[in-house]
Amino acid sequence: MISELFTVTVLIGILASGIRLATPYLYASIGEMFGQRSGVLNLGVEGQMLLGAFAAFYVALTTGNLWLGILAAMIVGALMGLMMAFVTVNLHAQQGISGIGFYLFGLGMSDLLFQKLMGTVETVKGFPPIKVPLLSNIPGIGEIFFSQNLLVYGAYLLVPAAWFVLNKTTLGLKIRSVGENPDAADSLGVSVARVRYFTIILGGTLSGVAGASLSIALLNVFQQNMTSGLGFIAVALVYFGGWRPWGVLGGALLFSMVNSLQLWIQVLGIPIPSEIAVMMPYVLTILVLVITVSRVRAPSALTKPFERED
Amino acid sequence: MKKLFQSEWISRLIDASLPVFAAMAALLIGAVMLFLLKVNPVEAYKALWDGAFGSSNAFAETLVKATPLLLVGIGICISFRGDVINIGGEGQMIIGAILATWVGLNFTGLPGWLVITISMLAGFLGGAIWGGIPGVLKAYFSVNEILSTVMMNAIAVQMMNFFLRGPMIDPSQAELASKIPQTARLLEIFRLPRLAPTRLHLGALIAVILAILVYILLWRTTLGYRIRAVGQNPHASRYAGIKVQRYVVLALLLSGAFAGLAGATQVFGVNYRMITDGSSSGFTGSAGFNGIVAALFGQLHPILTIPASILFGALLVGANSMQRVVQVPSALVTALNGLVVVFVVSSEFWRRRRQRRRLAAAKQNDESPPQPEPEKLQQLETGA
Amino acid sequence: MKKFAWLLTLVVALSMILTACGGAAPATEAPAVATEAPVEATEAPAATEPPAAPAETFRVAVIMPSAINDLAFSQSMYDALVRIQEEMGGPDAFEFVYSEGMFNVDDAAAAIRDYASQGYNLVIAHGSQYGSSLQEIAPDFPETSFAWGTTAETFGLPNIFAYEAASQEGGYVNGVLAATLSTSGVVGVVGPIEVGDAKLYVDGFKAGALATNPDVQVNVNYIGSFSDVALASEAATTHISAGADVLTGSAQMVVGAIGKAEEANALWFGTQSNQSSLAPTIVVASQVYHWEVALREIISLINTGTLGGQSFKADLANGGEVVEFNADYALSDEAKALADSTIQGIIDGTITITLP
Repeated sequence: MISELFTVTVLIGILASGIRLATPYLYASIGEMFGQRSGVLNLGVEGQMLLGAFAAFYVALTTGNLWLGILAAMIVGALMGLMMAFVTVNLHAQQGISGIGFYLFGLGMSDLLFQKLMGTVETVKGFPPIKVPLLSNIPGIGEIFFSQNLLVYGAYLLVPAAWFVLNKTTLGLKIRSVGENPDAADSLGVSVARVRYFTIILGGTLSGVAGASLSIALLNVFQQNMTSGLGFIAVALVYFGGWRPWGVLGGALLFSMVNSLQLWIQVLGIPIPSEIAVMMPYVLTILVLVITVSRVRAPSALTKPFERED
Repeated sequence: MKKLFQSEWISRLIDASLPVFAAMAALLIGAVMLFLLKVNPVEAYKALWDGAFGSSNAFAETLVKATPLLLVGIGICISFRGDVINIGGEGQMIIGAILATWVGLNFTGLPGWLVITISMLAGFLGGAIWGGIPGVLKAYFSVNEILSTVMMNAIAVQMMNFFLRGPMIDPSQAELASKIPQTARLLEIFRLPRLAPTRLHLGALIAVILAILVYILLWRTTLGYRIRAVGQNPHASRYAGIKVQRYVVLALLLSGAFAGLAGATQVFGVNYRMITDGSSSGFTGSAGFNGIVAALFGQLHPILTIPASILFGALLVGANSMQRVVQVPSALVTALNGLVVVFVVSSEFWRRRRQRRRLAAAKQNDESPPQPEPEKLQQLETGA
Repeated sequence: MKKFAWLLTLVVALSMILTACGGAAPATEAPAVATEAPVEATEAPAATEPPAAPAETFRVAVIMPSAINDLAFSQSMYDALVRIQEEMGGPDAFEFVYSEGMFNVDDAAAAIRDYASQGYNLVIAHGSQYGSSLQEIAPDFPETSFAWGTTAETFGLPNIFAYEAASQEGGYVNGVLAATLSTSGVVGVVGPIEVGDAKLYVDGFKAGALATNPDVQVNVNYIGSFSDVALASEAATTHISAGADVLTGSAQMVVGAIGKAEEANALWFGTQSNQSSLAPTIVVASQVYHWEVALREIISLINTGTLGGQSFKADLANGGEVVEFNADYALSDEAKALADSTIQGIIDGTITITLP
């Protein structure tokens, strides 16, 4: 039975579903990465995702326009980010704990709105898969990489874009300097507050899109607590990726591929307890980090509120 | 009037009540939401108050809820003081509970007090293992503790589900077709004694005593001093000859141990068996997360964490009762809790500002400065 | 900077209020059927003080692990209570209140105790994880009747009723149809964790499928969670890639899986509640629990003075479990006849289901 794992169908299946599963993580983790690079830890990603998922779903359901849905998710995510930014940047609130607060708020609020506005689980016609001309005809690879929906492509395009912004633009330089040495950045005339506002709101926006990618692209349904801990995994993947976009991509793909592998292991009837299978992605993510022993240092100012010395 | 407010004592009182005002402000927004849901906010909040403090039984329920929050919270005090962020309380509670329950179910020949003691130690040990692993990973393999504790929470849940439907399943359930994933019930003599004719159990007392002990540990022992020193400035600590890595492991290990004990007291004091609904919060009631909130409300001070846990426990218990009395969706209750957390944590801003002003005023008056506790100030800003 | 901070406080507060407004306003315009009943139920307890209601009002409180609209386990109980309320003539005769989202066992225990002390006639703990708490609480309230499920265990207490569903029966019927309708010979199952009601259903489904066609391949996947919609739906996709053209699944997280089945034009069998509305073209049938069958008996027993000690089984024979066919799906006559004869066989005992 183990040998069945190595057939072409299974390998293509693992890769294709791994790429889909990684999509929400990519949006949320890249957003979180920007926040952390500027020195802000946001544990409220899960709440932002849930509200984003609901906003996208509800707007898409009522207007029939998926783009408006995405827009709604972005706005709601940005608003959550704005609140988070105000609380952590202006009020210097403990970042971890305010994140937990926003998580609970998003968890409850999305469920409340769902109950009051919809009342029951419904489905919506989400973004259809788009076959990239020619490329999607390549056997195997075509199915894996070029027959996904728009938001999946978007997530993977986001990675090089994030890399570019972070490493090749002045904005990226500002973000990194604010996260490494806010005092120095401040003395050079960079507004620490403004940069952090930007990254936190960007993070919220992307988390909103991550939610939308679930509710109107991958699953096409909304249910209470549908993210089920995904947002916390997304935060963890930022650490896995060492605060670099490509690292985050690697982490998201590793976690998702192993997750789809464990689904296949069960489907093929390989006799191990289902719990052991379900554990695999979590265990392996830790193990890979242990083996590779990356010595990437966290942004020095991470979790530290900035206060100008008067 | 002005003089009155400058008096040290009153100032501290105001500081201490700031979080309460903040919570009230959050509840005010909640009132608007309730109003929009066509629920009378006064009636709703009366139900919340009554549910938490309205009767001796209600207050006992509040304390029962506060017990795991406090135990997890004092562990969080240790780890956050050591500058390690332990968000693995959920998993640590689960593993502690599994180990403690295993002891309780297998040593049925021994006297009650002995088994309870061993079980609590087993819970402590289980949590210590589950907290110690991320500690070792962080200290010696540079694996960030947020990542490892999040992952280990998920692993613990699967272990719980596996043990409770497999090796540890209630023998009477094992025969049935519908296997309820739960262990057998603990013998009556193995249960934590109750402190009053309510559900209040010895665990609450243990938690308070441990909070005091943790205070002593952190501020009166070399071990505690070193954990805090490493948390504040690892480089300076290394220069001073402190083995930084060892204290990182210890901080997480101890933090996990208290969470593990929290899990054990839930089984031995409240449920008398372990049951799973497939999720971690089904067993822990999210105490592993909420304990972090309680500790931070208590300014990462084990003694202050006691009232903070009671207040947060009251909010959780009262909110459930509010759901029952005025039939608001549980979702509103969750959202409201989130608002309270955000508001309370934001209120720190004003407390710190007042503290700074006092400090400045004291300097100006050229008096001996009131204890500024610079260490605590800095800790709060760098803690997590 | 300080002014700016205050301004932002205001904006944040306003936006929070606005979010809340946005939430509630439309609800007043179009009250969904599902929300109407709880509103009625809420008004009743508020009006307990003036003795306007007739003394005979039968008062029920129920504790449920997930939300009342989960299209699964909790909803099945909620729907049953609404039906009973209709039968008995509205909230004056039958009043019910509920606590939903009580996944935490301690919180549920507190709720059970509170309801019992408020003098409800019947307190229903709708989840097998609540039994232990009930065993503690019930002896303290000998005048109150308690019911819990799904189980057959009353702990020998005179004021506890137990109810369970023979979910393997509906599962078997679904399995028979699945094996018949599958052209690829591969059938996929998405489950939460391997216990309780879900396990019964899955085992019954497997037995039915294999009894119909021993060559059919039933792939089972437990995703380890009741809430992970994304993983459940990816599990469905995995089944489809493995060749499955008929799928089923249990618990509330399968809602996403149904969509995946629809996209791949695979058939779906539901359980716990009627899931036809989610994908009208591919849902063949759903096993639906009608707890009102057991509840009716429990209520009449309570009215005659028996407060517990009995257990009830919802099965195909007593109508506590019904296989509801989706009218929008054109099931062939032979298949329908096969399903009917299978149901009949289970009812009269000619078909016995052997579980592992």
